[in-house]
Amino acid sequence: MAGRTLYDKIWESHTVGILPTGQTQLFIGLHLIHEITTAPAFDMLRESGLDIPFRDRTFATVDHIVPTDLRQRPFLDKEAEDLTRALENNVEQFGVEFFGLDSMNQGIVHVIGPQLGLTQPGITLACGDSHTSTHGAFGTLAFGIGTSQVRDVLATQTLAMDKLKVRRINIGGALGIGVYAKDVILHIIRRLGVAGGKGFAYEYGGAVIDRMNMEERMTVCNMSIEGGALVGYVNPDQTTFDYLQGRAYVPSGAAFKRAIDYWKSVASDADAKYDDVVEYQGKDIEPTVTWGINPGQSVSISERMPRPEEFPDPEGAKKAYEHMGWQPGAPMLGTPINVAFIGSCTNGRLADLRAAAKIAKGRKVNSGVRALVVPGSAQVKKLAEQEGLHKIFQEAGFQWREAGCSMCLAMNPDKLNGREISASSSNRNFIGRQGSPQGRTLLMSPAMVAAAALNGKVVDVREYE
Amino acid sequence: MSEIVKITRVGGTAVPIRGNDIDTDRIIPARYLKEVTFARMGEYPFFDERYDGSGKKKDHPFNDPEYKDASILFVNKNFGCGSSREHAPQALYRFGIKAIVGESFAAIFAGNCTMMGLPAVTVGAGEIDQLVRSVEENPRTEYSLDLQSKTLSYGNHRIAIDLPETYRIALTTGSWDSTALLRANLEQVKKTAAKLPYMSGFSS
Repeated sequence: MAGRTLYDKIWESHTVGILPTGQTQLFIGLHLIHEITTAPAFDMLRESGLDIPFRDRTFATVDHIVPTDLRQRPFLDKEAEDLTRALENNVEQFGVEFFGLDSMNQGIVHVIGPQLGLTQPGITLACGDSHTSTHGAFGTLAFGIGTSQVRDVLATQTLAMDKLKVRRINIGGALGIGVYAKDVILHIIRRLGVAGGKGFAYEYGGAVIDRMNMEERMTVCNMSIEGGALVGYVNPDQTTFDYLQGRAYVPSGAAFKRAIDYWKSVASDADAKYDDVVEYQGKDIEPTVTWGINPGQSVSISERMPRPEEFPDPEGAKKAYEHMGWQPGAPMLGTPINVAFIGSCTNGRLADLRAAAKIAKGRKVNSGVRALVVPGSAQVKKLAEQEGLHKIFQEAGFQWREAGCSMCLAMNPDKLNGREISASSSNRNFIGRQGSPQGRTLLMSPAMVAAAALNGKVVDVREYE
Repeated sequence: MSEIVKITRVGGTAVPIRGNDIDTDRIIPARYLKEVTFARMGEYPFFDERYDGSGKKKDHPFNDPEYKDASILFVNKNFGCGSSREHAPQALYRFGIKAIVGESFAAIFAGNCTMMGLPAVTVGAGEIDQLVRSVEENPRTEYSLDLQSKTLSYGNHRIAIDLPETYRIALTTGSWDSTALLRANLEQVKKTAAKLPYMSGFSS
């Protein structure tokens, strides 16, 4: 019998049964919630008179809508205040653990789960946010869900699911200087396409992934959904165990040893059978930047923007050029920017801020650029300040903010104006994503964003490394 | 829970939205996710593509009187990619869309549609071109989607449609609103949970 993947193992151990529809009823070990996608789910519970049978397996925070400058209540934005209040009332009424604005554990849901050690190998994890794939970095079967599914998890701790296929993605060799985890995942999405992962879980491996720290692995897994894959994961290893040891929700002593035994047991077997395998080499990956309106429309920094006819979908490329306003064939290098955003669940962790600060240190943000650094969590902010990163950023001319999702999706006051062009460490360059229907987003690594901020245009960060 | 509603057939006129990879930020901009309920989502689908900054209507199929009251939406590839926001299918549904026919759908979007009782079904690329042309030529064309026979009919035409069999069963048997189905197994859920070592904090 062929070996099994991590996905197979977790799927089997969490299967409650097969439903009359043919779907699997899957137990959800951890449920993370936030203010945006949950209010109607709690309303549905109330209307049906249902309780939360496993309420100690749900944790809540506020991230999407929170202002990152003035945080006094009530918020200036009445809608933001009402939605935050709705969550506060719901967690109070149903007895859900809540990391609110006054908690040191507040932050982007995909940053705080790992930081607290709630995210662990061998569990199933659901959250009403597509970037829940982030948690797969730990060997967790983690995926985003809609509001009706949030209701189902609250009411039953299970979901009706169909099993995915598994594609192994090997990244061999080593990355060059100035090439980051963000470049790896942008490269993968460019090669496999934004819909290429439909029906698959992505298992990332190979020498490059093996050498990555947990924060880098989270960046890779985070954007699995941008490649169409609901789930992305890395098999747990010593790097994973070292990261988890001593965190708030991780057991200690003999229980920690038992946990490691379990975590090791869920990793894919050496002879695991995959539905598909692809291989890329680290040396072929360069600093990568998106030029278009989806995360698959990217080029290496040294390349020119492609011609629409080079694309399988020329009409889609034309639509992208129409919005972005570039000429096909123009160089990416030197593209002007107005805004620089460092943060998000993709790249708002301590390692990301360190990488950006290394570039910004002792230099000045270009006078034409509005530059923001938004830590992914209150804890990341605190640790960064202990290292003096905030001083480096502030002296360079970056604004240093409170934790939240901020300009990744611009549900708070941090937005692009008009046709502004943003160099952004976030995950989506969709039309209107950063708050202006005419705004333009260039996705890149945090170090590349910092370098772009200094120059007022896209540059090759390797000149600084 | 709510009463069982079996969805076997959707009939009516159609509206086409051309283009691949139409993401949920385009279907509903994030600023509308600040509302506490889905009640007003029907006012917002494709808002920034339908209105300019001053609120003036732009050229868009959802603004076109020819397609008024359409209940079936024709789309291309990877429709609904990006954010998991259920607000996107809620906006389409509350606008009046009761079925979506496309070349392919993003995973979370298709799941959200099914859980709301909104069938999202696929046809081949050539067939979607044929359907889009048919509705552009005559917006009053009546289409009939039948989930039992897995066909879409109009005039003398009959096209095979596809969707995951589990979704088809959920819709046609009225178990798409899955909470009651899942909740019925709560004892088995507790047994499954008890076997997972992390549920007891690895205490043994």
